[in-house]
Amino acid sequence: MLEIDDLWVNIDDKEVLKGINLRVPVGETHILFGKNGSGKSSLLMTIMGFERFAVKQGRISFLGQDITQLPIYERARLGLGLSFQRPPTIRGVKTADVLRVCSRGAIVPEVLAAAYDFTQFLDREINYGFSGGELKRSELLQLLAQNPKMALLDEPESGVDMENLQVVGAIIAKLLQKERRPQAREKSGLIITHTGFIMDYVNADKGYILLEGRLLCSGNPRDILQDIKRFGYEECTRCRR
Amino acid sequence: MPEIKQRAELGRKKKATFGRDLNLEEFSRQGGAWEYDPDYRQFSPEERSRLLATGIELTDEDHAGTFLLADKAIVHCQTRQPGVEVLPITEAASRHDWVKDLLWGLVAVDADKYTAAAELDLDNGYFIRALPGAQISQPVESCLYLRTDRFAQHIHNLVVVEEGASLHIITGCATHPGVISGLHVGVSEFYVKKGGRLTFTMVHNWGKEVHVRPRTAVMVEEGGTYVSNYILLRPVKSVQMYPTVTLNGEGAVARMQSIVIAHPGSELDIGGRVILKAPHTRAEIIARTLALGGVSIARGHLVGLAPDIKAHLECRGLILGNGVVYAMPELEGRVVGVDMSHEAAVGKIAAEEVEYLMARGLDEDEAVSTIVRGFLNVKIEGLPPALEEEMEQAIQESGKGL
Ligand SMILES: Nc1ncnc2c1ncn2[C@@H]1O[C@H](COP(=O)(O)OP(=O)(O)OP(=O)(O)O)[C@@H](O)[C@H]1O
Ligand SMILES: [Mg+2]
Repeated sequence: MLEIDDLWVNIDDKEVLKGINLRVPVGETHILFGKNGSGKSSLLMTIMGFERFAVKQGRISFLGQDITQLPIYERARLGLGLSFQRPPTIRGVKTADVLRVCSRGAIVPEVLAAAYDFTQFLDREINYGFSGGELKRSELLQLLAQNPKMALLDEPESGVDMENLQVVGAIIAKLLQKERRPQAREKSGLIITHTGFIMDYVNADKGYILLEGRLLCSGNPRDILQDIKRFGYEECTRCRR
Repeated sequence: MPEIKQRAELGRKKKATFGRDLNLEEFSRQGGAWEYDPDYRQFSPEERSRLLATGIELTDEDHAGTFLLADKAIVHCQTRQPGVEVLPITEAASRHDWVKDLLWGLVAVDADKYTAAAELDLDNGYFIRALPGAQISQPVESCLYLRTDRFAQHIHNLVVVEEGASLHIITGCATHPGVISGLHVGVSEFYVKKGGRLTFTMVHNWGKEVHVRPRTAVMVEEGGTYVSNYILLRPVKSVQMYPTVTLNGEGAVARMQSIVIAHPGSELDIGGRVILKAPHTRAEIIARTLALGGVSIARGHLVGLAPDIKAHLECRGLILGNGVVYAMPELEGRVVGVDMSHEAAVGKIAAEEVEYLMARGLDEDEAVSTIVRGFLNVKIEGLPPALEEEMEQAIQESGKGL
């Protein structure tokens, strides 16, 4: 589904990604760990095509098509979807309208919201004054409306309370077709998490640690998380290198 | 009366406090001799569509009353519902002897050369009155129309909402599609009596070289409500106005909203002032300015003179391209117990917001339009459908070619 080869990315003059190679096959979900500031969000934003992230070298392809130069909305229309770590507020634009936009008119926001306890936010300006957990739910519902082939989730569970974690988990499970047999899954995911809580709700096939713009190791995501907890990032990247 | 004339004479050359100074002699006072037109037959399809985009439907249907002044000629004037009176101001003064006492009761005749001109060389204007207790459900439609190029139109309007009455006026001010330049001077004095309610929606749709100088003042008595909506979406040379509402009786309420687009070459200086003179009065001013290459000054002034008042001023400007927005909010509290606040923000569209929507599948134009639509999203009740369409079109166009 997603193939990244030798990707080098700058923000202004700062190198944030240094030779990333990554493959996420159809139906698989991969997990990205890494210290604060290591470049995880930058990687997702680059895959989505944000202008600030200048690709200096390398190639991103999605569904067999080179998308490295495509504008954001064309990537979205091809089937890439991103839930933001820190989404912006847009004054005056109603959440319901954004949900409608995401689905290109295919869903009824009221119905979607009712299913995930989100009705009271429909009339509010998108993300304006939303609490941390509310922002995450808003992001994920937008993705659900968008129904992407591949979901890029940037810390979808951070700041979410235990009860809402269930809601968030359910949305992500739906996005990634967890209810299907692994071979029958058509959707892929790339998820950033610090806590790993989200792995209870998805089938995480593979994990990585990103350190200073480099993907340093890969393996079973639960094992990696264990090691990070036990030995810390420095030690962990050294041993798994 | 002679005293008013004298003061007007003295004000004849007086520059206005704000806005570029105009030489009134550069305009013509030769308006067209348009005939009275009970069925609106003299209007070409082109004029009709322009007026429609200004909220003027040119029909007596669904209107409590209608009024149309072209240049200086009364072309149409109808009353359709009991409880409402619509007359040319010149006629109203002879029908009710108290009318003369209300004229210049709120606006100073010697405020500047424009008010003076409206007194010394008046064309006409509307008189609209809702009788005591009358609930006028349909709007009164009034149109002040510049139909001759270079004409300077001098208007004086009077609105009286009697005790407990309720009235909605939609007034569209426009130029003929062929008119490029001209001047509109409009003095308006509105009296909202005890428990009355006036909603005043004004839409401007002028020519590129037209100068506009409204001079509006409103007096709201105890328990009365005044709601004004102002919409300017199309190019104009200059508009300078600073309508002032005085909340004179306990519990009176004012809400002033404006949506303004400054196109290249437009100089806008548009304000709103509410003087909260009585206890428990409330006021809200909401201004949205979109600069599309023009210059816009957005003023707001709340004056709290009595305790237990509450007032808020919100002024937001969005700059697309090379426009300039100056937001100048002022709060003036003169006693303890006033609760006044303001919020002013001026900025360009954030790339982050555009990209956010693009990540949801909107192309750049769609994303910008969505943000602009949100920015201009001020709830205005009772807009004619054609005007809603006009707004949508202006929004779509504003996103183009950035
Ligand atoms: N606009 C910017 N200008 C300069 N540096 C930036 C900018 N945006 C991001 N960076 C830097 O790029 C690096 C990578 O940031 P990124 O947001 O990708 O980290 P992250 O791995 O997602 O961290 P976290 O776990 O804290 O979310 C950080 O050092 C960050 O400060
Ligand atoms: Mg991050």
